[in-house]
Amino acid sequence: MALTPSSVAYLRQEDAPRLPPPASMTGLQGWLRQNLFPSIGSSLVTILFGALALWVLSSIFDFAFLRAVWSGADRQACLGENSGACWPMVAAKMGQWVYGFYPIDQRWRVNVCFVAGAALLAPMLIPSAPYKNWNVALLFLAFPLVTLVLLTGGNFNFDLATYALVISLMLLAAVIVPLAAFGLEEGIACNKAGLGLAGAAVGLWFASFLTGPLQTTIGGTSNSLISILTGLLLLGSGALSIGTAVRRAPRGGFVAAAGWAVGLAGILLAMLLLDFDFGLLPVETPQWGGLTVTLVVSITGIVVSLPVGIVLALGRRSRMPIVRMLSVIYIEIIRGVPLITVLFMSSVMLPLFLPPGTSFDKLLRALIGVAMFSSAYMAEVVRGGLQSIPKGQYEGAMAVGLSFWQMMNKIVLPQALKVSIPNIVGNFISLFKDTTLLLIIGLFDLLGILQASLRDSAWATASSAPTGYLTVALMYWVFCFGMSRYSIYTERRLHTGHKR
Amino acid sequence: MTIASGTRNVAKVSIWNDPKLRALFFQAVLVVVLVLVAYEIVHNTILNLQRLNKDFGFAFLSRTAGFDIIQTLVPYTSASNYGTALYVGFLNTVLIAFLAIIAATIVGFVVGIMRLSKNWLASRIATVYIEIFRNVPLLLWIFVFYSAVRQPLPDAHQAYSLFGWFFLSKKGLMMPKPMFGDGAWLGLVALLAAIVGSIVIARWARARQSATGQPFPVVWTALALIVVLPLLGLAIEGFPVDWEYPALAGFNFSGGVAVLPEFMALFLALSLYTATYIAEAVRAGVLSVSHGQTEAAHALGLRAGATLRLVTVPQAMRVVIPPLASTYLSLTKNSSLAVAIGYPDLVAAGGTVLNQTGKAIEIVSLWMFVYLSLSLFTSLLMNWFNARMKLVER
Repeated sequence: MALTPSSVAYLRQEDAPRLPPPASMTGLQGWLRQNLFPSIGSSLVTILFGALALWVLSSIFDFAFLRAVWSGADRQACLGENSGACWPMVAAKMGQWVYGFYPIDQRWRVNVCFVAGAALLAPMLIPSAPYKNWNVALLFLAFPLVTLVLLTGGNFNFDLATYALVISLMLLAAVIVPLAAFGLEEGIACNKAGLGLAGAAVGLWFASFLTGPLQTTIGGTSNSLISILTGLLLLGSGALSIGTAVRRAPRGGFVAAAGWAVGLAGILLAMLLLDFDFGLLPVETPQWGGLTVTLVVSITGIVVSLPVGIVLALGRRSRMPIVRMLSVIYIEIIRGVPLITVLFMSSVMLPLFLPPGTSFDKLLRALIGVAMFSSAYMAEVVRGGLQSIPKGQYEGAMAVGLSFWQMMNKIVLPQALKVSIPNIVGNFISLFKDTTLLLIIGLFDLLGILQASLRDSAWATASSAPTGYLTVALMYWVFCFGMSRYSIYTERRLHTGHKR
Repeated sequence: MTIASGTRNVAKVSIWNDPKLRALFFQAVLVVVLVLVAYEIVHNTILNLQRLNKDFGFAFLSRTAGFDIIQTLVPYTSASNYGTALYVGFLNTVLIAFLAIIAATIVGFVVGIMRLSKNWLASRIATVYIEIFRNVPLLLWIFVFYSAVRQPLPDAHQAYSLFGWFFLSKKGLMMPKPMFGDGAWLGLVALLAAIVGSIVIARWARARQSATGQPFPVVWTALALIVVLPLLGLAIEGFPVDWEYPALAGFNFSGGVAVLPEFMALFLALSLYTATYIAEAVRAGVLSVSHGQTEAAHALGLRAGATLRLVTVPQAMRVVIPPLASTYLSLTKNSSLAVAIGYPDLVAAGGTVLNQTGKAIEIVSLWMFVYLSLSLFTSLLMNWFNARMKLVER
């Protein structure tokens, strides 16, 4: 029997109206019930943690705002029985925390560096911003130079020997030009004379280094007969090499020679810029301090450690046993010891390693230690990136006949570095936090200068330490948290397509 | 069609393009350069040491130290030698690292699980804790805790006291020290027996549970054993334990055991800071266990706690252990920041010796050697643990 409307008493013709969800499951009440009070145990946890959070938040609010002292000239203002945060101290000391003991009328120089750095860095971090190549060139070539001149005051007074050394090294480097232009085999064949002269110069240099008066070092050549001879040999070698390159195959050779010339001109220009007297007041590094030193050390550390780390990572994956062994030893030793011992090494042992009488800037020594330390960590980050590149990429590159460096530069490293950007940022965050260790070897980074100003009797009150720590912790937090958000953002952005 | 003659023209490959020769050449150059640099360094160092009238050697270790150390685990006075001073520092490093590792692991696991909790407030508080602690330098935390531990406390002569046994002041927390008399060995033997018994019971319980599914309250039994048995052992001998109570003598306390404020600050800062890294590792590990596992456990009727303990955590551990190992290593290395607040660890003791003797190369290489050995030891231990926890596949 078929069911028809007439054969049954009642047949629903349309859907029943949808009922709204129970009131206890929606809105604020529902949310509370699901997320805060789903069961007795969970409710207890909520109440406990709620009370704890309320207590912490209210005491911080109470300390930082309600009981806080907002104005005053010295510690008298903050001496009150129940007074909270001593904000006038922060206002009085903030300049020192940012600039250290940098002369007050010269602080604009640091500000210019901050603004220029931020203006160059911001478009680097935004993936869609245009002119990336120019941006990179400005940020990594022009900006460090300008910063160096502005912060120190320039006017380095290089002596003639330094110029001679740089030019000699560039002339020596000229033998690479034909090799780069025509390939290894042809490059050697067409430039035998140039190579020979260069070899003779290097041999002579080593000979003077080993047999000459033992004070002769790698860095300091005296204007003896040997160094003049070496210079002449190098001049000949360089001229021959460049000449060969320009004369032979018009285009490739010319481009390589032009690249060399631009490099030489750039280096000489940079040296002249550093040498030039702009009339800026010289500011020695012991006068630097605060956030300035923290930023200088961490940024220099990360910028130096990236290329060194790449070389070490490639070395660790190399098939040459000695290269691999040396890289592994370096990386593992540095990663196995605390940063503070590396800093001690660079600050007390390094001066012993240098020729007697060489005085060495304290900040520079710390920079060397930091760079050594972070290079080892960077090497491991880059190695992780290299390992994530499928073997097919290497094999494909070799199959189309690329050389090792072509393969690395064009195929492997661009992919590997892109994958490791989040970890590089993570590395930078730890380096940024680790710069606080500089205070142990007697440099005044942000935390060091805070510790110093807490000892200042003009502002010594019970609340000055908590106020100072709160402020400086907030400064560090803003930097680190911002960077970690950026790292997460890049990770999401890179989490497309070919991740495996 | 003519066939070319048998001898093919093999193009002669230039020796410059032979990868093996090239590698040899490059490595030879590298070695020569490194040897030259090493020669230069050694040569300069010898010259510099001569100029400063110093010699190289570890003979200074047996000279009298002449400085005091505020926390010593082995007998040490200012008449002891430098070697003992460094050994005391080393023991202090091991102590702080060991205790902080335990605390950081507990806090880290709790916070990591809390961060995944369905309770909104609990997970938010865990997130805020992690973001606050790991984005501020450890050294700043050490200073913060140091000033927090010291500032509100009174001076020694106004110390807070509990029954006259415990004293809390700027000098730290003073506690009574047990002095074991004759016959206390029975208590020690009982303690050992209790530990061995607990291990045996744990094994038996695990075997029984995998055979029959019947659980056994191992933790409570072991706890009861470890508390009751030694007490029983001591009771038989009539409690041959004397307590040495701390007493105020001048500006400081004498007798008893002291927990220094430096120790407390370093312990709190190290464990709370490192716990955030452990929490993140735990979270990643738990998230790596597929949801099907928890659903299957619930379907079998396991409760939330049992699911976590028996299903999720054992599988998560495989992902957690490798980052955990490196976190432990960095905690051990970070304990060297103790020098900033004057906790006498290896670096602080070594720094004092360095200042007194000027033996920079010896001290720095000693530090590096010790920390490298500690790192190696920890990573060996964690590798062993990892191998045990690893997924055994067919």
